[in-house]
Amino acid sequence: MTQVDIPASVPAQSSPHAEAERKWTDFFTFNSDHKVIGIQYLVTSFVFYLIGGALATAIRTELATPPSDFVSPDFYNGMLTLHGTIMIFLWVVPAGAGLANYLIPLMIGAKDMAFPKINALAFWMIVAGGALLLSSFWLETPQSGWTSYPPLSLVSGKVGEGIWIFSLLILGTSSILGALNFVVTIIKMRVPSMGIYQMPLFCWSMLAAGLLILTGTPVLAGALILLAFDLLAGTAFFNPTGGGDPVVYQHMFWFYSHPAVYIMILPLFGAISEILPVHSRKPIFGYRAIAYSSMIISFLGLIVWAHHMFTSGTPAWLRMFFMIATMIIAVPTGIKVFGWLATIWGGKIQLNSAMLFALGFIATFVIGGITGVMIASVPFDIHVHDTYFIVAHIHYVLFGGSVFGIYAALYHWFPKMTGRMMNETWGRIHFGLTFVGMNLTFMPMHELGLLGMNRRVAMYDPRFADLNVLCTIGSYILAVSTVPFIVNALWSWFKGKLAGDNPWNALTLEWQTTSPPAIENFEGVPVLTTGPYDYGKTNEALESPSTDTPVLSS
Amino acid sequence: MLAGIALTLVSLWYGQNHGLLPVAASNEALLVDGLFNTMMTISIGLFLLVEGVLIIAIFRFRRAKDDTTDGPDIDGNIPLEIVWTGIPAVIVLVIGVYSFDVYSQMGGFDPNAAGDPAVTQVAMTGEGEYGAPLMNGSNPHGGHHHMALGIGASPEKAGQMADLTVDVMGLQYAWIFTYPETGIISGELHVPQGKDVRLKLKAQDVIHAFWLPEFRLKQDAIPGRDSELRFTPTRAGDYPVICAELCGAYHGSMVTRMYVDTPEEFEAWKQQQIASRPDINEVIASLDRPRTDVDYLTPYADDMGLEPEMLRSLHESHTGAEVLTQSL
Repeated sequence: MTQVDIPASVPAQSSPHAEAERKWTDFFTFNSDHKVIGIQYLVTSFVFYLIGGALATAIRTELATPPSDFVSPDFYNGMLTLHGTIMIFLWVVPAGAGLANYLIPLMIGAKDMAFPKINALAFWMIVAGGALLLSSFWLETPQSGWTSYPPLSLVSGKVGEGIWIFSLLILGTSSILGALNFVVTIIKMRVPSMGIYQMPLFCWSMLAAGLLILTGTPVLAGALILLAFDLLAGTAFFNPTGGGDPVVYQHMFWFYSHPAVYIMILPLFGAISEILPVHSRKPIFGYRAIAYSSMIISFLGLIVWAHHMFTSGTPAWLRMFFMIATMIIAVPTGIKVFGWLATIWGGKIQLNSAMLFALGFIATFVIGGITGVMIASVPFDIHVHDTYFIVAHIHYVLFGGSVFGIYAALYHWFPKMTGRMMNETWGRIHFGLTFVGMNLTFMPMHELGLLGMNRRVAMYDPRFADLNVLCTIGSYILAVSTVPFIVNALWSWFKGKLAGDNPWNALTLEWQTTSPPAIENFEGVPVLTTGPYDYGKTNEALESPSTDTPVLSS
Repeated sequence: MLAGIALTLVSLWYGQNHGLLPVAASNEALLVDGLFNTMMTISIGLFLLVEGVLIIAIFRFRRAKDDTTDGPDIDGNIPLEIVWTGIPAVIVLVIGVYSFDVYSQMGGFDPNAAGDPAVTQVAMTGEGEYGAPLMNGSNPHGGHHHMALGIGASPEKAGQMADLTVDVMGLQYAWIFTYPETGIISGELHVPQGKDVRLKLKAQDVIHAFWLPEFRLKQDAIPGRDSELRFTPTRAGDYPVICAELCGAYHGSMVTRMYVDTPEEFEAWKQQQIASRPDINEVIASLDRPRTDVDYLTPYADDMGLEPEMLRSLHESHTGAEVLTQSL
């Protein structure tokens, strides 16, 4: 036989005492169980996603017509600042951290993260930082964009800007604490039988993302603290009226904020590498190439930041260096995309919601990747920098990439987290609406940017009106698309069909325990008898029914 | 094989006929368009390849309903992996070299424009003299003048003086153009067709970015720094000038026009400007730019049956001229 079947009876033995211990109130307390924290992260960040999405819908409503007629231009800038900040720091980054929290210990056979209390602290800092940021709605919104370039950020409202800075400091610290946990856990806490090359690719990509967070985020904190001094104490680190240099802020900001893009996409690269083999019933194509490419992306991601500054105070030779470094990132990214395509090619594809979103991820992310190479080219970037072409690009990467990846991961691991299946029909409707809405919203923006529409504007030239109407219609479809997901997730959580321990017949360790897993994750220390992606392996060990179980609970 | 040929042909055709870019009004813009067309050709090929493989795989390799077996045990292929590592590496190298060449021809490596990023000392004078660069046009703090940033002279014009230099000052929310040779100050930019034009960019308050979409040129104007753009407009007409860096609430309205005049038209415009030489405050007052919420709200107030005067009286202290005077 080629199919690996896990007898449901084996893990079921451990379930009774586990189920008894988990109380629903745990999810609202300072709980140090990584599974609780993972779900806390995912649910909290999804709430912020809805807030950020509401802001996006309001922004698109303003942009449905050329004049500034829906909200005041000041508030419009507040909305776009909060939309960017929330989507990055309170949705995609913590959602990735949520998946990492939930999955890493289960995937490597550990009982918990290396530092469980720090882990819980990291989560509750998200709540604190998020609440602080949201308080700006009632006090004063920050209005200088999520990049918050001085001198504009120093003159557009002390309260709003101050809230923004301190909120980001809290969220950044949370991110550092989380990353510390991921890196140490992945390196130190794998079961003895799991070498670094038997590790699931999600762990590789979290290792790469964790190292990036640890390198980049402290620099952002430095920039923010100096900006806070300029703002509140009247120093002039970045303020040109006192001899400061605003371009230095841009360097420090992007030293973190470009890697942030990889911090946001790498976890989902990992998730896709898990999801595709399971639902294609085929091993991942080129395990080592995909693992190494994560590490290479992580390193290269650190030396490309000034490509955000090609039209700023960046001398020519630096523009050229950052152009080449940026373009080279296309190579390891290409390795991943082609590896994924080769994984599904010739497989036996089960086109369920998780797989649809995973394939949708590839289909849309590749557009963001291609435009990424284009805008790395200095002469072309000089034309499109700070235009809707860039808006289109980042949304193809962060929506077409990260958000599709998060949805794929949620559909894929929902049965593990809750013990219940999500409804497939509503999952497909959700995918259809998201895919159509996403492309309708962001595809026309490429053309808008090329033609001459700048970004971050509340009012624009009437000749761009038609394309903007398309974008706005698309954004409404996107807004509606979250409804089937929310209903489906809530309903399935309580009433969904029971999933069993391993509904996908997957081989990675997290599927070899109960659904949802017991508090201690595994009974004893699990022993690996198969690689994470050994689908279709026809070796002798799997031939005989007695060794059917690839992973034994010893 | 056939699919490969079709894919190549479609890519080549679309790369040249995408019609996505606005009109190109200078030779440098044509260079950038050539680069973009090349990248579009490669991109469309790559896009069709990836999406094609995805779609074919979805239809060809679907699992039958009752099939619970696994797919083939194929977990890698070193030659194939080398191919899809090598080809993208070559592609980005080619695009990199091509971009380098275009950038060089545009004048990106002109040592007078591309060099030292050091901060000029303009800003050291403190807030009291914040407006000084605007009033004087040229750098009032000579001796600290460093090489500027941006796009300089194209290689064949390196070392030569530009035919026309214009000082450009960005401020919330307008561009002010000063012609140092004639003393003309204007809210619109007029340049002669076919002449080598150099714009010296400065910013008064916050960072702005000077963007000429039809010329594929953009450069930030940063307070305390000089930057420049140099180009030769070849196509007469009028073109939008857009601020491309978020600079405040009315960032979206910080637009003006650049007129590429024939030499005769340009001369006539110059004479007319000199004859009527307006005071700087008049120029500022005449700029077509929004000043307050009132200006924006007035048309909507009409819809609501409100008198514009009512709004104005509510905001008397914030009328445009006063706000501007304060900021200066």
